[in-house]
Amino acid sequence: MNLSNTAVAHQPNWQTVCQARDLVADSGVVVWHEGAQVALFYLPGQEQALYALDNRDPRSGANIIGRGLVGSVQGQLVVAAPLYKQHFSLHSGHCLEDAAQRLRVWPVRINGEAVELAVA
Amino acid sequence: MTATANGRQREQLVIVGNGMVGHHCVEQLIERGALQHFEVRVFGEERQRAYDRVHLSEYFGGSCAETLAMCEQGFYPSQGVHLHLGEAVVEIDRTRREVVTPQGRYAYDQLILATGSYPFVPPIEGASGNARLVYRTLDDLDAIRAAASNAQRGVVVGGGLLGLEAANALKSLGLEAHVVEFAPRLMPVQLDSEGGAALKAQIEALGVGVHLSRATQSISAGEGYRYRMNFDGGEHLETDLIVFSAGIRPQDALARACGLDTAARGGVVVDNHCRTSDARIFAIGECASWNGSVFGLVAPGYSMARNLAALLVGDAAVAFTGADMSTKLKLLGVDVGSIGDAHGATPGSRSYRFIDEANAAYRRLVVDASGKHVLGAVLVGDNSYYDTLLQYAQNGIALPADPAALILPQTGGAPALGADALPDSATICSCHNVSKGAVCAAIDSGCSDLASVKGCTKAASGCGGCAALLKQVFEHELTARGVTVDKSLCEHFAYTRQELYGLVRVGGIRTFHDLLVRHGKGHVGCAICKPAVGNILASCWNQPIMDPALVPLQDTNDTFMANMQKNGTYSVVPRIPGGEITPDKLIVIGQVAKKYDLYTKITGGQRIDLFGAQLHELPLIWGELIEAGFETGHAYGKSTRTVKSCVGSTWCRYGVQDSVAMALRLEDRYKGLRSPHKLKFAVSGCTRECAEAQSKDIGVIATDKGWNLYVCGNGGMRPRHAELFATDLDDDTLVRLIDRVLMFYIRTADKLQRTSVWRENLEGGLAYLKQVILDDSLGLATELEAQMQHVVDHYECEWANALNDPEKLKRFRTFVNDHRADPDVHFVREREQRRPAAALHLIPTVEEAV
Repeated sequence: MNLSNTAVAHQPNWQTVCQARDLVADSGVVVWHEGAQVALFYLPGQEQALYALDNRDPRSGANIIGRGLVGSVQGQLVVAAPLYKQHFSLHSGHCLEDAAQRLRVWPVRINGEAVELAVA
Repeated sequence: MTATANGRQREQLVIVGNGMVGHHCVEQLIERGALQHFEVRVFGEERQRAYDRVHLSEYFGGSCAETLAMCEQGFYPSQGVHLHLGEAVVEIDRTRREVVTPQGRYAYDQLILATGSYPFVPPIEGASGNARLVYRTLDDLDAIRAAASNAQRGVVVGGGLLGLEAANALKSLGLEAHVVEFAPRLMPVQLDSEGGAALKAQIEALGVGVHLSRATQSISAGEGYRYRMNFDGGEHLETDLIVFSAGIRPQDALARACGLDTAARGGVVVDNHCRTSDARIFAIGECASWNGSVFGLVAPGYSMARNLAALLVGDAAVAFTGADMSTKLKLLGVDVGSIGDAHGATPGSRSYRFIDEANAAYRRLVVDASGKHVLGAVLVGDNSYYDTLLQYAQNGIALPADPAALILPQTGGAPALGADALPDSATICSCHNVSKGAVCAAIDSGCSDLASVKGCTKAASGCGGCAALLKQVFEHELTARGVTVDKSLCEHFAYTRQELYGLVRVGGIRTFHDLLVRHGKGHVGCAICKPAVGNILASCWNQPIMDPALVPLQDTNDTFMANMQKNGTYSVVPRIPGGEITPDKLIVIGQVAKKYDLYTKITGGQRIDLFGAQLHELPLIWGELIEAGFETGHAYGKSTRTVKSCVGSTWCRYGVQDSVAMALRLEDRYKGLRSPHKLKFAVSGCTRECAEAQSKDIGVIATDKGWNLYVCGNGGMRPRHAELFATDLDDDTLVRLIDRVLMFYIRTADKLQRTSVWRENLEGGLAYLKQVILDDSLGLATELEAQMQHVVDHYECEWANALNDPEKLKRFRTFVNDHRADPDVHFVREREQRRPAAALHLIPTVEEAV
């Protein structure tokens, strides 16, 4: 462990959350990470192939975002929440229909066989 | 004042009251960017943040405090607004410009009173405890619920709008409900005597007692029930609890105590800009008295809130000039509407009346002396006339030659007001106050589809009741501008569903990707085209929907082959063909339901729905069901659902054909057939029609010579009777004709279009459909039959298919890296089964204070 206090806070802290083979192409899966539910969307072939968003749908309060349909709306990659169908940007977590709704997003990457999440 | 990041000072804006109007004011302030100028602090006396009081009776019908809430938990802090809940303002110190609560003192530069009103309880001897309940807040409702727990009968004093809502609440608590009204009719403010009589008849038919012209003198101990209400004139009524709903009074105590002007009949006196006698203090909603009137509806409160927010941020402020008190309601399930001068009080006015005593329906149209304009209207029993009449009344539109036609029963082709007849000032969306002119302006500024008009104007984003009118206006305006209305499926495909179906069929296309590359735009698709194409592919080729290329196309429920419910769990419906089931199989369903603790309910389609399964439990549950011989019921798909049947000639003394055997044959043939919308069938064994086949997409009724075929009916929101299509058919001909009708529907219908709407939109109507199917006028019959046979031959139970493939089961994990269940799914037990815990039980009410 690096105990020096210089610039460490700005280094992303990458932690393995699951394996690449757990992902489902063009669709979502959910991982449990230290009490948080994180939805991972895998779009092979896209410039950015992996996205991590909060699994909780603010409108219904149910943990279902990872089961939403992935698509694009006016060039923006989005996931549609399964119950009320509002769209969230995969990049920013913003809701397209309601500025008051926003999902937390995490930096995420595939590192070899591991899927890694950057934890603050 | 506080310093902002850029060094500017923000004024302190305090809002007293967090009801619907207070909340709307906060929303309007946020929307107009007021938080740049103001630090906003809101005080709510109640523990809950603002909730929908208009729909309060739903609290007993299954809604919880969370679903009634006007905004998301955490909305205020996320916007930087300080919300003090459960903290009542007890004093306004105008000299020091501070509000005082038991917790502290808070400075204000501007102060808004949105304190609302309180229920008026007449001083009656003996009115206390459960004989003095009121109906205003969630706490009041909890008190009513507690009082009702060991009660049989409940009385509401007051037969106005709120009183009838309260009676509905008592009814949904399982009580025998009675309404006692002082006036000689119900809803005396909104209805005339005939309207009141029609409403009384309808409400009594629902089992609610109505007692008119009764003044309660005293309340004493009862004999059969807990209390006895003694009316003047000597009559009495016994009851276990009494709810008073005899009117409201403005909550103006704070204003009185600090010396603001108040009206003689109560209410803080305000000018056209909602300003009180102190220039720094405003009042909006039911606590305000404008021009001697207090407005007890939410809409005028909203317009006050809107106008005030505009004034405070320096936008062009609109003066409040009174409010239209027209209302459209559903009370105890009965439509009631009242527009403008409902009583015909205007000198010289004349009325048209329609009275239907058989159905207790009543309509009155009040016109001016010239007979050219609508002044008001009363509707009881059918509010479908309301929107048109309101447009006439509000916009001074000239009446048609026969004004009575506006309220007469409409047999085919209602004289609805076309979009072109509406003036620019006509209100399209009353929730967000959007006029036709605003819709036109949005189109002119570049909104080229309905979604962007909605986004830009907010029209149809409130209650949604104006969505159809908005679409009509939008399409009319586009056509008027010479624009061809774009019928593209979505931004990725410039084709209709029918055209895409043709491309898939003719091109032999088997994947979404292939179709997108050859005929679409982009690389991903969206939530509109993906499920639609998935459905077309299934209708044409019937490959298992869990195949890797097809999985990402499926809509919510198809993806996991189960129906998602409000808390994110699923319900499971095994197929029970024709509603016939052996005791052994019934026991298996019971055992599975018990093992996984699933809430169990019989469906309308003669099968059994099992609720509350988590994602990772679905394969386990289906493993056991399939082991016992069940197949998927496709309850999640736009596909064949059930073939309902009566018991038929094998048991029934009236039956003329074996309806169960035919139902089994049809269900076995069409199970797994995917279509533009769900398909329901029924087979009745005789003309008594116990299977209700005439309300189905495909209805079959036995005759002594064979079968009669009915097509294109449905129940649901807009019921349609199926129409007789062919008579006295033998078994094989019947099946052949159904093959053709269904395949023709699948081939030509629009996305999510049910058979009834498809049939209504067919040019040439039923006669044309008969030509195509019975006379083979298009030479398609053989092809349609062959295509259906292909689907039938490729049937495979999707769940059995998925269970045999570990790759496909990968997705049925709540968490791919952890075996736990979703810890946020909670259940409570009710009537010996579990049901989702209401959010009320989960989220502790915390003060969202600074």
